[in-house]
Amino acid sequence: MSTPRTFIVKSLARVEGEGALRVRVDGDRVEIAEFNIYEPPRFFEKLLVGRAIDEVPDLVARICGICPVAYQMTACRAIEGALCIETGPAIGSLRRLLYCGEWIQSHALHVHLLHAPDFLGYESGFTMAVDHPQLVAAGFRMKGLGNRIMEVIGGRAVHPVNVAIGGFYAWPDEVAVGDLVPDLEWGLSAALELVEQVSRFDFPSFEPRQEFVCLRAPDEYPFNDGRIISSDGLDITVDDYPDHFEERQVSWSTALHSLRIPSGRPYAVGPLARLNLCRDQLPPRAAAAAARCGLDWPVHNPFQTIIARSIEIAAAFEEALRLAREWTRPTHPPRVSHSPREAEGCHATEAPRGLLWQRYALDGKGLVSGAAIVPPTSQNQARIEADLRAFLPQVLPLDDSEATLRCEQLIRSYDPCISCATHFLKLTVER
Amino acid sequence: MTTHAPRTRPRVAVYKFASCDGCQLQFLAAIGHHAELVSKIDFVHFLEASRKVEPGPYDIGFVEGSVTTAHDAERIREIRKQCRVLVTIGACATSGGIQALRNWGRIDDFVAAVYATPAFIETLATSTAIAEHVPVDFELRGCPIDTGQLVEILTALVVGRKPRVPATSVCAECKANGTVCVAVARGIPCLGPVTQAGCRAICPAHGRGCYGCFGPSDTANLVSLNLHYEAGGTPRSELIRLVHGINAWSPEFRAEGDRLAGTGEDDRR
Repeated sequence: MSTPRTFIVKSLARVEGEGALRVRVDGDRVEIAEFNIYEPPRFFEKLLVGRAIDEVPDLVARICGICPVAYQMTACRAIEGALCIETGPAIGSLRRLLYCGEWIQSHALHVHLLHAPDFLGYESGFTMAVDHPQLVAAGFRMKGLGNRIMEVIGGRAVHPVNVAIGGFYAWPDEVAVGDLVPDLEWGLSAALELVEQVSRFDFPSFEPRQEFVCLRAPDEYPFNDGRIISSDGLDITVDDYPDHFEERQVSWSTALHSLRIPSGRPYAVGPLARLNLCRDQLPPRAAAAAARCGLDWPVHNPFQTIIARSIEIAAAFEEALRLAREWTRPTHPPRVSHSPREAEGCHATEAPRGLLWQRYALDGKGLVSGAAIVPPTSQNQARIEADLRAFLPQVLPLDDSEATLRCEQLIRSYDPCISCATHFLKLTVER
Repeated sequence: MTTHAPRTRPRVAVYKFASCDGCQLQFLAAIGHHAELVSKIDFVHFLEASRKVEPGPYDIGFVEGSVTTAHDAERIREIRKQCRVLVTIGACATSGGIQALRNWGRIDDFVAAVYATPAFIETLATSTAIAEHVPVDFELRGCPIDTGQLVEILTALVVGRKPRVPATSVCAECKANGTVCVAVARGIPCLGPVTQAGCRAICPAHGRGCYGCFGPSDTANLVSLNLHYEAGGTPRSELIRLVHGINAWSPEFRAEGDRLAGTGEDDRR
């Protein structure tokens, strides 16, 4: 795990917030298509240096209010790997349950309130609720259930406090876990219905050729474990990630662009990648929904990610239901202790938006001496730009506001982040 | 209802500065569960939720995030002019947030450590609270904010009364929960005695110390608390890291961090 190597400590540029798109077109030819993210950087990788390893889960959570668990899980596993800590099956199950909660709340919010309005012709979930009250109400209830799982296991829905290096600070209340079951049963059936609803939407015809990247675990749909695989045949351990992917800075973005080595080509992470590559590992009812939804797998149309995301809501409910039913409070402590040593470790997990990779260097006093974090949205950013470039000729005949809306809808397909995901686009067309 | 209740629905704007979006998410969670309250509010500028943006001025503006760029320092002044009442939400907006840890370092080091071409990156040397730039009418603390407190503020603003948000410490919440004190019983350094209530004391309830998400409470005595922890054997370096957390740049935590590190004016004791 810990072959000594040096790496540059980079501060993480947040990719949430407002962005812009700059396009230059010469006739039908797209000369420039820049997806500009100008969220101010917060320098997380630098802030982590000198902090005690036990503080890391609380600190990295703050990178993202929508997927704090993804940052916490990845950090815990990377640091536990560096310290050779084995946490065992009970902690693993609880982490998976916690992660299910995060997927549910993140996906349900995006599908119902951020992305569906594009397909149904509304400016927001609020206005959509007037004509589609049940859809919006079901979305809020699903999101609330995801949050409830995070509260029961993590102590809080945004920035959970119960996640620790080595496990959890406390086992969750057994009764509270059991009480989740009836609601999760409703959630599963509601999500299966949602898959049918969104599969009836109209989708622009757009099939860019792309490489999909995700984790693949031996015998379960990927959350916290697995090798990194791709639709082009990549199959590597998480340790080998830097040999196959690189981040490049571009002048128009505070987010770094990720590209494949050696091709220099963009790639896609997220629900579509996971379903294209790990569909056979879905739990049974979600698998049946994926087979029935009318999609011809593998799917290359990014607009149809809303269906993939809905299938994953069902999968997360189905998994959460199984885990909650099976849960019994172990007799051993909730946390494996650790002692400091100089080491390095990296890990990757599947955040709602896709692969999240982190690496930590630790010193002999239990402090972080270096950190690197590659979030899913920066990995998707180059892919988004490539999609825009390929998609623009289709929308150029439309007027600017309609063309803008279509480009927004395309970018929202990637759920780049919540504030990116709505009204972020200032389209400047230079004709 | 008071007689001062506005006759029309207040027009509300929600803004984001440097932040994680978590407080806006709490906003959405509150909206999802309080439809009747929301029906009395007109969200006319809320980019996270809607493409529709109506021009100001607005009755109430909510601001998430801290000021970290020259452009944002200018933007918050414009927003202040547009909003009759300005409410800051969350640790970033009320104290500069976790990203304010840069305020103790050299910003060039931070940028160069991150980006191959630092010249492209526009950032201020500091991350600061909104109130350091413009007058703020009400601050809602927390990382993230508590949805219950947010609903109380929205309700108070809709009916035209003063919001009721407790200024007591986390200790009061532990007592209310019946949680055994982790500092007294287990010797864990806990910021509960000096941190404002609002989180429902979830950290001690999980057997760990408070790490100060809600910032300093009224009349917080950090020096006395940390002298106690130091006497109990907690290394000074650990105490520095504890106050150099989510609300490190709040005046109280900042002064204590500097005192402990021996860099502040209060270093003599």
